[in-house]
Amino acid sequence: MTLTSASPPPAEAAPPRPRARPRRPDRSAYALLLPALVPVVLFSIAPLVYGMFLAFTDARAGRDVDTSFVFLENFGHLLADVQFWSSFRIGLVWAVTVTLLQYAAGMGLALLLNQNLRLRWLARTLALFPWAMPPVIVGLMWRLVYHPDAGVLNAALTDLGLISENIDWLNDFGWALPAVVVVGVWTGMPQTTIVLLAGLQNVSRDLGEAARVDGAGPWRRFTAVTLPQLRTVTVAITSLNFVWNMNEFALVYVLTQGGPGGMTRLPMLYAYEEAFRYGFFGYASAMGVAIVIVVLAVLGFYLRRQLKEAEA
Amino acid sequence: MAAVTATRVRRAAARTGQYAALLCYLVFLAFPLVWLLSTALKTPQEMALLDPTWIPLEPTLANFAAAFGEQDLVGAARRSLTVAVCSAVLTVLLALPAAYVLARYRSVVNRIAMSWVLVSQVFPFILVIIALFMILRQFGLVNSLVGLVLVHATWCLPFVLWMLRGYLRGIPRVLEEAAAVDGAGRWRTLVSVVAPLAAPGVAAALMFGFISSWNEFLFALILLKDPGVQTLPLVLVAFTGPEGVARLGPLAAASLMAAVPSLVFFAFIQRRFRGGLVDGAVKG
Repeated sequence: MTLTSASPPPAEAAPPRPRARPRRPDRSAYALLLPALVPVVLFSIAPLVYGMFLAFTDARAGRDVDTSFVFLENFGHLLADVQFWSSFRIGLVWAVTVTLLQYAAGMGLALLLNQNLRLRWLARTLALFPWAMPPVIVGLMWRLVYHPDAGVLNAALTDLGLISENIDWLNDFGWALPAVVVVGVWTGMPQTTIVLLAGLQNVSRDLGEAARVDGAGPWRRFTAVTLPQLRTVTVAITSLNFVWNMNEFALVYVLTQGGPGGMTRLPMLYAYEEAFRYGFFGYASAMGVAIVIVVLAVLGFYLRRQLKEAEA
Repeated sequence: MAAVTATRVRRAAARTGQYAALLCYLVFLAFPLVWLLSTALKTPQEMALLDPTWIPLEPTLANFAAAFGEQDLVGAARRSLTVAVCSAVLTVLLALPAAYVLARYRSVVNRIAMSWVLVSQVFPFILVIIALFMILRQFGLVNSLVGLVLVHATWCLPFVLWMLRGYLRGIPRVLEEAAAVDGAGRWRTLVSVVAPLAAPGVAAALMFGFISSWNEFLFALILLKDPGVQTLPLVLVAFTGPEGVARLGPLAAASLMAAVPSLVFFAFIQRRFRGGLVDGAVKG
């Protein structure tokens, strides 16, 4: 303040002082970064690097003295491990289904919330709260919903005359995965909805109007006008959702612990069991590396394709 | 005329359809919570009924009393509270100076820091957590709340850094220049000029840190094996054992209470956070 009043800018329309020009950080600036840097290096970057290293060792819980480097042995075991492939397949089914349903349901809700409807405020409030709930509580809450005797789902379906015998949703071989998927969609939908809603608010109304004049129905206008304009948002939210779903742990751990008979054992649950129940640290780390590679490959491929399409 | 009426009818039908769809969404979003509340208010006798009731016939607070009566739960809640408060404060203390530098200067560090924000969102935790477990064991920090606080603070840091950086950029630089002219050093400027101005942003960051730690499960599950140090989510999950219907009421009551801080936070921060979430996902 003193500075500006002491040296007033020349009266004749000088361009504004380029205050925003980035200054070069000096040594004391780096000193301010240090408190954040030390814990990040110690408790996230170092474990990450060390974790990748462990993937090539035979590290086991409680006997890290005679850990040795085994090169690709863990990955060889991984390729031959039927249980890993089964959990990997379940993980893919889970991640793809949940991501698609989150997108479809989130889009539906976002379109509705973009309309001038009366209960909009309530829906907007409710739409966010599943995201704010602790995952463990979400799991416990849905366990109450799915409870075979005291659960509301069986009660409602019985009242509607749709089932005659209570279903033990989370312990049924056929129903467990769909039941868990529903919970995944429930928790993950808010973020998708809010992001899509923000995207919708940037969609040009003129184009839609023009299409309406040309005789395009609502569905046509949605697919031909709205959806293409949401491409960036769509790529961002579906890729992130896919990765988050692929890495899911807490929710499913609380709901089923991977059961019944491994029907809902997502890769993270399998890796957790291998590491902390059976103590195969090296093997579980290799699983982590394998999943990172697959996730990044899918993501990279998908992103590149989308980019190419956007450029064309 | 006929055409006008037809349009009006079609529009009314569309409206009805929209309201019906909205209602379905509301039910889907709300009924698990309603059911949680309903279960929490039921008596054991009512819980054992073959055909569960939607609304408790004789609402009772006995389940809440029972949940509070459990030494386990009260202690676990206290530990969760301690861990969440400490890690929120620690996160902000570590992040604020760094966020200030990132907001004011542009350098390679900036790009690296922002990449880390993104990368830390994407990595499967199993890859980190085994090594982290081994590192913390070296420091004697397994089964210790201090270890958990350090981990929570570290993993919450990237996002808080990002939040605070955005907030600090909005503060006019002139004020700092004035302080500099008056002879204040960088630390002095940061503490007595920037920090007070950033108070609302800091409050939001604190709340975010608190809630992330309060909600966190996996790190706690792996680091806290000893029942005497376990946090609330762990104890609640252990609560679900094979004891049957009798404990559903207290479990529901305890779950509801454990969700309260998150829901309050959400009510407070809803509007502001919507913006943050969207920026995060879209501009990411």
